[in-house]
Amino acid sequence: MNILFAFLIIASLGLLLGLGLAVAAKKLAVKKDERAEEILAVLPGANCGACGYPGCAGYASALSKGEAENGLCSPGGAETSAAVAEILGIEASAVHERMVAFVHCRGNNELTQRDYHYQGIEECSGAYMLFQGDSSCKYGCLHLGSCMRVCPTNAISRDALGNMRVDPDACIGCLKCTLVCPTKVIRMIPARGSHAIACNSLDKGGVVRKICSVGCIGCKICEKKFPDSGCTVTNFLSEIDYESPMTQIGEAAQACPTSCIVEAR
Amino acid sequence: MAYVAIFITYIFINNFILTQFLGICPFIGVSKNSESAIGMGMAVTFVMGIASIITWLVYTFLLVPLDLVYLQTLSFILVIAALVQFVELIIQKNSPGLYQALGIFLPLITTNCAVLGIAIMNITEGYTLMQSFSAGIAAGIGFTLALVLMSNIRERMDLFPVQKSFKGVPIAFISGGLMALAFMAFDKSLLTNLLG
Repeated sequence: MNILFAFLIIASLGLLLGLGLAVAAKKLAVKKDERAEEILAVLPGANCGACGYPGCAGYASALSKGEAENGLCSPGGAETSAAVAEILGIEASAVHERMVAFVHCRGNNELTQRDYHYQGIEECSGAYMLFQGDSSCKYGCLHLGSCMRVCPTNAISRDALGNMRVDPDACIGCLKCTLVCPTKVIRMIPARGSHAIACNSLDKGGVVRKICSVGCIGCKICEKKFPDSGCTVTNFLSEIDYESPMTQIGEAAQACPTSCIVEAR
Repeated sequence: MAYVAIFITYIFINNFILTQFLGICPFIGVSKNSESAIGMGMAVTFVMGIASIITWLVYTFLLVPLDLVYLQTLSFILVIAALVQFVELIIQKNSPGLYQALGIFLPLITTNCAVLGIAIMNITEGYTLMQSFSAGIAAGIGFTLALVLMSNIRERMDLFPVQKSFKGVPIAFISGGLMALAFMAFDKSLLTNLLG
């Protein structure tokens, strides 16, 4: 009996307060921009910040007010841009090309010389503080996986050789890994790119040859023998021009003496 | 005189944040700039004042006569939750900027232990209705004071070269701790010196 009584009292108290709130909500209702909510529904919801706005909600409200440019959402791509354009009643704008992160290094503990043995915390920034990392190559990957931990979609993983690899299908192009990487060995390449240079070293060829067996030595074979590969060597490092047709890139990859032109996919 | 004593007690001697360590969450979360700190302080003061009245009425005229005092906590939380919803509606209507700035911390006043704390303290101290109300307001002012002081410190701290590992929340906790030490200097003797 007692417990029933207590139940009734609390229930009626709750009912009373609930009714009061319902009335207040009606009286104090704020008109929201419905388009912002519609846009939020079509955005991917990754809250990655690649668009430069605080999360998807921030981008949606900026879009609805006409303050933001359409097509900034790299995870969503063309589909999202078109859906947003439909809601806003504007023409779909050209989407920026989908870029994915790529680790420009294939060196590891066996292939690259060490300066010392690092035993600090498992963060690349920690190793970088001591003589810019334990690897003799100061441009390469430190293999401590800071990028792996900041990646919002878990697109980065460690392969069997201990190298960090980005899954280009899972990468949403949010740039977080490029910001956390102290050696800046992670850079963005177009997602359509079939090949990439797996080296980031600006050291002279002789130095690279001495400390790393898979680094670019700047021999210019790719540039001179295969002019249609899109490769150009500047500062002892080959670079692919993704705007070029890249027809001979496969052969250039075969011919590279340290085989550091690799398939990106 | 009793009201003056209540105000001094809850603003300085028993400051909710700095001596009782109630409501620490918004103390760190909303103290990044003084504008939102004042807004949060006002919202909490309002909720504390009104909650003190309503919980006192609920306790005295509903729970005591019906012999249901053990439902105190439950019914108080119910009242506070409804009040916070109400305040949220008002702020959203009248000041969307503040609503944005407070963000998640506004609905979190519901679970802010400072509000439940003052409601329960009013009962255990055996205050009258007016005393409860002034205790609620005073506790709210004390909360606002701590928040505003903290936000000013943090605004200035942004300009100083703080060690990277201490930047943001860690240094805020350290300065909060030092502020709490300073507030420990206020004790009952302050009251007797001021009021005799």
